[in-house]
Amino acid sequence: MEGLNVITKRPVTVGAVLLILILLAVMPFYAKPYPVISLTNILMYIILTVSWVIFSGPTHYISLASAAFFGVGIYTSALLGKILPLPLVVVAGGFASFILALFIGLLTLRLRGMYFIIFTFSISELIRHFLLWWETNVEGTVGRWVVMVSHNTVYYIILIIFVMTMLMAYLMRQSRFGLALRCIGEQEEAAIHIGINATIVKTLTFAISATFMGASGAIMATRWTYIDPRIAFDPHLSFMPVLMAIFGGTGHLYGPLFGAAIFAYLEEILTTKFPYYYMLFFGAILIVVILFLPHGFFGLIQKRWKGGSK
Amino acid sequence: MYQVDFEINPGEVVGLIGPNGAGKTTLFNLISGFLPITVGEIRYKGQKINGLNPHQICWKGVARTFQSTKLFAGMTVFENVVSASLFGSKRTVSLFKAERETMELLEFVDLLSVRTMLAKDLPIAHQKRLEVARALATKPDLLMFDEVMAGLNPVEVQEAMGLVAKIRDRGITIFMIEHVMKAIMEVCDRIIVLHHGSKIAEGRPEEVANSPKVIEVYLGE
Amino acid sequence: MFEAILNIVIAGLIMGGIYALIAVGLSLQYGVGRVLNISHGEFIMLGAFATWSLYTLLGVSPLISLIICGPFLFLLGFLIHRTLFQYLRDKSESMGAFADSSLLASFGLLFIIQNIALLIWKADLRGYSYLNTPVSIFGAIFTANRIVALLFAVTISLAFYLFLTHTRMGKAIRASAEDPMTAQVMGVNIHRMLAICFGLGALMAGFAGPLISMMYEIQPTMGIEYTIIAIIVVVLGGLGSITGSLIGGFSLGLVGSIVTYFNPGLSLIAYYVIFILLLLIRPTGILGK
Repeated sequence: MEGLNVITKRPVTVGAVLLILILLAVMPFYAKPYPVISLTNILMYIILTVSWVIFSGPTHYISLASAAFFGVGIYTSALLGKILPLPLVVVAGGFASFILALFIGLLTLRLRGMYFIIFTFSISELIRHFLLWWETNVEGTVGRWVVMVSHNTVYYIILIIFVMTMLMAYLMRQSRFGLALRCIGEQEEAAIHIGINATIVKTLTFAISATFMGASGAIMATRWTYIDPRIAFDPHLSFMPVLMAIFGGTGHLYGPLFGAAIFAYLEEILTTKFPYYYMLFFGAILIVVILFLPHGFFGLIQKRWKGGSK
Repeated sequence: MYQVDFEINPGEVVGLIGPNGAGKTTLFNLISGFLPITVGEIRYKGQKINGLNPHQICWKGVARTFQSTKLFAGMTVFENVVSASLFGSKRTVSLFKAERETMELLEFVDLLSVRTMLAKDLPIAHQKRLEVARALATKPDLLMFDEVMAGLNPVEVQEAMGLVAKIRDRGITIFMIEHVMKAIMEVCDRIIVLHHGSKIAEGRPEEVANSPKVIEVYLGE
Repeated sequence: MFEAILNIVIAGLIMGGIYALIAVGLSLQYGVGRVLNISHGEFIMLGAFATWSLYTLLGVSPLISLIICGPFLFLLGFLIHRTLFQYLRDKSESMGAFADSSLLASFGLLFIIQNIALLIWKADLRGYSYLNTPVSIFGAIFTANRIVALLFAVTISLAFYLFLTHTRMGKAIRASAEDPMTAQVMGVNIHRMLAICFGLGALMAGFAGPLISMMYEIQPTMGIEYTIIAIIVVVLGGLGSITGSLIGGFSLGLVGSIVTYFNPGLSLIAYYVIFILLLLIRPTGILGK
């Protein structure tokens, strides 16, 4: 009897995943600092992208508020970093983003398509401009300092958030909640008529995806140590997850992961070797993917290898 | 909607007809909670339901199909029905039970053999049946069909009429919008006629068919 | 007191004129072609920088550049639509899918165009001095270039409005915006119309860019802010209504002028707040359906 789509848990897959996790966990012990820092960055992008897909993948609501949630995490770290121990700061960052996302979601998830995209972008920009104005005119100084934390600590915390994000993404796909989300994404009007409370499902999912973004913002702030509204709410961080998700393919669990990993690595190489050309490169890739690879890179690989099983 | 006032009794099959633009689908949308009412009241089993959300009205036992099918196109036939089975009631349904109900329903509408096909790949007649199965999966007492026979050839219409009769025999009350006159006349116990948002006639099929008001409205269009 | 009000009103109209032009451009691309062109601002930027280059290198007056840039960008827009967006349109399974993919494609365009501009002109602020002499209007003082920009903006807007309402092509455009299916049945070559409208949107950008470069300093990253303002004005005026974009543009310009009078840093924030309130309370805008 067929059930819901289940990812076939072959022992090989589980084993491979565990092996990779173990390798990642012991990395700081045998690698130099630079790869660890590099990996931290890549993991951050993966978290942002995978979180983004948790909501925007099934519902097809393109959210450009990722920068807002990440930024809220950063500011939480700046404000609470001296008061609370680090783990609590990270949790607080996630929580603050959760609340913001609930608020935004309840306000706007009845807006469709284009309006939702622009609204989420506007909120992010509004926060950025407002904080900049506030810090310039009311506080007098722009920017804050964040308590510094060792590279390895940052790495481990990001690693933990990464694992949790992947776990959540997996659970979402397998659970009823995830099924309800897919129904909403396929045909929202029908979904509400078969008993799905679309408002709650969408808002909650949106908030959950924001939480991981906020938590990762909180810890990354300690890496950058100086933050201001332009850094914290950089629209780049709203656009990139979208790009990476499209590139990797949103229909599969690992699509966004590979998309983000490849893109983040590419960005690092390009910004160091060809800093004047990387936007050109990304733009071209984006257009090529949209034109010729509608299911993303991962979708293409899936089709060639397995013929469709998720 | 301007002036509409009617009742549906349990076990009945009531038809809703009227020229295009008369407001039939709008009436369905009001009943299902998709559109809000400004004046008046809708009661279901004695309870007021206007003002509730569509998913709550679904839980109370009202289900519907759509004029242009709104299936979950990228999901399989099985997934379409099992979703409704899982979410269609207020109380949580176990996956095992939902799957079993789904298999029964798919057999009931004769779609068992295509259960792994994607909904978007189905021919129109099967899509209509799938919508019916999905609606049935929410365990309704009242099932509203919105032109469930539109786009079907005469053979398929006959099959659809048979399905409607089978559903009625299960004890489910049916309220159906239809343009296929033959089906309405044969299957319905009573017919309501809508024109420009108002009810202009109501009664048994023969009465309505011979009513001068109704004839004028249809010939005049 | 009177001077202050006059100052605010005229400044508002100057800004508003620019806003109206860029909003009409975006409205044409979205209203008819259903493409939310996030790279609209980059076309404006191209017009501005082309004007700067022509003036500083060859001494060509910005007003002449306007006549050059406009048609050139029209052609560019037309071609881009004919190739990129038409292809996406043909390949998309639904309007919703097309809306998403065209938005993302225009993102790609944004990156590409901005990067090319950065390569050519570098990231610094550029400016030039043209018609900088002060002019007095009933006591309110403005530099001549701003008044000229206002006159041009108003003239172009008016001309375009007349074009839309009184010519066959204009009526075809409006018909295509309101009901593409019927327009096609009535004999409108819808594929060409979509490309033309997209091109016209770029044309507006091609007019706005030079005017902006006359009044402000420019840099290759200036585009996105104008795109956002264009979007706000289009929603304010009502999606699908070109007249709405005109009215919305001037209205927002006035609002901006008033806010700037009290606190210069807050105008963009004010726009965002208005926009967010608009989306929540009346998403259809002033003249929207």
